[in-house]
Amino acid sequence: MIRFVLVRVMRAVITILAVMTFAFVVLRMSGDPAEVMLGPDVPQNVIEAFRKSWGLDQPLWIQYLAYLKSIFTGDFGVSMRDKAPALQLVLERVPATLQLTVPALILKLLIGIPAGVYAALHRQSFADRGVILLAILGFTIPSFVMGLLLVLIFSVTLGVLPSGGQETWVHGILPTLTMSVGGVGILARFSRSAMIEVMGQPYIRTASAKGLKWRDVVWGHALPNAAVPIVTIVGFMVGSLIAGAVVVESIFSWPGIGRLLIVSVSNRDLAVVQCILLIVAATMVVSNLVVDLLYGWLDPRLRSPASH
Amino acid sequence: MAMTAATANLVELRNLKVAFDGVQVLHGIDLDVARGEALGLVGESGCGKSVTWLAALGLLPGKASVTGSVRLEGRELCGSPRSTLEQVRGGRIAMIFQDPSSSLNPVLSIGRQITEALAIHRGLRGEAAKTEALRLMDMVGIPDARRRFDLYTHEFSGGQCQRLMIAMALAGKPDLLIADEPTTALDATIQAQILDLLIRLQAETGMALVFISHDLGAVSQVCERVCVMYAGRIVEEGSVAQLFSSPRHPYTRGLFDAIPRIDGPRKRLIPIPGTVPNPKTLPQGCAFAPRCSRTTAFCETSPPSLLPQKDGRKLACAHPIELAVAGKAERKVPEDLLQ
Repeated sequence: MIRFVLVRVMRAVITILAVMTFAFVVLRMSGDPAEVMLGPDVPQNVIEAFRKSWGLDQPLWIQYLAYLKSIFTGDFGVSMRDKAPALQLVLERVPATLQLTVPALILKLLIGIPAGVYAALHRQSFADRGVILLAILGFTIPSFVMGLLLVLIFSVTLGVLPSGGQETWVHGILPTLTMSVGGVGILARFSRSAMIEVMGQPYIRTASAKGLKWRDVVWGHALPNAAVPIVTIVGFMVGSLIAGAVVVESIFSWPGIGRLLIVSVSNRDLAVVQCILLIVAATMVVSNLVVDLLYGWLDPRLRSPASH
Repeated sequence: MAMTAATANLVELRNLKVAFDGVQVLHGIDLDVARGEALGLVGESGCGKSVTWLAALGLLPGKASVTGSVRLEGRELCGSPRSTLEQVRGGRIAMIFQDPSSSLNPVLSIGRQITEALAIHRGLRGEAAKTEALRLMDMVGIPDARRRFDLYTHEFSGGQCQRLMIAMALAGKPDLLIADEPTTALDATIQAQILDLLIRLQAETGMALVFISHDLGAVSQVCERVCVMYAGRIVEEGSVAQLFSSPRHPYTRGLFDAIPRIDGPRKRLIPIPGTVPNPKTLPQGCAFAPRCSRTTAFCETSPPSLLPQKDGRKLACAHPIELAVAGKAERKVPEDLLQ
C-alpha cells in the first residue's frame, strides 16, 4: 500500500513537472511579452529595459532554473500586467469558476447516471432510444454552439434569463446548463453501457434467483459493479472543475479562471498562465489519484495483492 | 405419510412453452416434481433443460415469452406478480448455477451475500444472521468459515464457490433446489465432492432436487428419476434403473453409447450423427428424425407425443427400441453409482 502510494505520488510529481516545463518553453517560444505588453511603437531601449527587468534577456535554461527555484520556495511570480502576485490573481478567480462548475457537476451526476441506468433497464424501449438520442446530441454539440443556442432561446426569444454577467445566481443558470449538457450525455452513455454489461452477468441472475427485490438487485448488486467505469468518467469531470469552463466563461462573460487564462495568454502574462496551468495540472492529477484509490475500494479484486 | 392428490406433487409444469423473439425453444413441457424426490434432467446443450426452470421461476430476460402453467403446491406461478415470484425464489425454490465463480457477486463479501438471503426469507439480521450464515458455510464444508466470512468471491476456488452458492441456496430453507449443471465447470475430483454434498444435503434437509446435467453418470448418482430432453421436448422419462438398463428412445440410447466405459473391453464410442437442429428450422415431425437410424416417413411428418408406457416410463417415439428381456439387460447401472 505504501509502495503503491509512493509510486503514484512520484508519477503525479513528474506529470506536474512535465506540464510546467512544457508551458514554460512554449510560452516563451511563441511570442515576446515585451512587444505584446508594450505595443508596436515603443522604442527599442524601452523594450530592452522591460526584458531586463523581467529577466527575459537571460538564456532560456537560466530562466527555467530560476523559475523552478522560485516555485519550490512558494513564489509563483508576479503578473506583468497587474503587478500583483500571480497566485493571488488566480486564486481570486477560483470561487467564480467553482460557482459554475460545481453545480454543473452535480447536475451531470444527478441526471446522467439515473438516465443511463434507466435506459439500460428498459433496453430497446422508447425511453432508451430517447436517452441515447439526447445523450449523443448532448455531447456532440460543442459548448459554444450550445451556449449561443440557449442564449437565443432563453435570453433573446423568451427574455427570461440574462445572457451574461455575474450579478446574481440567476446569471449562473445558462452557463451552468451549457456546461452540464455534454457531461450529462457522456455519463448517461457510460452508465447505460456499464449497466447493460453488468445486468447480463450470471451473478445478477443469482441475485434474482435468491428472491431479492428487483430494486435491490439493481442498486445493491448491479450498480456497485458498474461503478468502476462511471467513477473513471466522474474523475475526469472532477479534475476539470477548475479548467473546464474556459469557453463557457468567455461566452457568458463570467469572471472565472477561464477568462483570466484567455486574457493572460493573449497578453503573454507568463507568470499568470504558468500559475493557472500548474493549478489545473495539480487538480487533474489529484483527482486521478483519488479515482485510483476509489477503484480499490469499489472492487476488492483490485485491492488484493494476489490478483493482477 | 398420507398425501392428498392436491399436494402429492410439489411442482407441476403443464404445457410450458418458451419463445425468444418468436423462435420457440420449449415446446410444451409437462413435468412433476414430488416432495423430496431427486429428478434428473438430461440432454445436450441448448435442449432447454435450464430454460425450463429459468422460465418456471420467471428468471428469463424480458424478451422471452413464457406460456403454460407452473404450479407450486397448486398455486399458479406463471404470470403471477413479481412480488409472489420473489417470495418463491430462494424461499420455496432455490437455484444454483453452472459457473459458480461468476455466479457470485465479485464486489460483495461472501458473508453479505449469504446473510442477504437469510434476511429476505427468514428475517434474520445482525449477529443472528451471521451465526446462521457461518453454520451454513460449515454445513457445506467451507473450512474456517468465521475467518473467511468477509472474503470475496475471487478469494475462493471454483469448488468452494459452488459450496457457497449451495449455502446461499439453503439459506431460505427451500422445498426444491434446482441445480443447473452444478459440476460442469469444476475438476473431476471436485465434481465428485459437490455431488456427495448435494446427496448428503438432500438426505438431511428432505428437500426435492432437480439435477440438470448432460453427465449421465452424475445423474445416476444423484437421482431416482430421469427426464431426457431433446430440442425443447421431453423424449423419455423413467427411473434411473429403467433408462440405464433399457433405454427405449433412440436419442437416450445414443447418449449412453457416447459414454466411455471403464469396465469391460475397450470399444469405440458411438457418437450420435449430425447436430442438434436449429430452433428456427426444426423438422416438421420428430425433431430427432434427421439423426435417427430408425426414422420412417411417418417420423418425418408427425411429431410424437410423450405417452405413458406399461412399465411406468413415458416415451415420445413412434419406433422405440424394444424392451430388453429381463436378465439380458445390455447395460446395468454400475453398482458403485447407486449407493
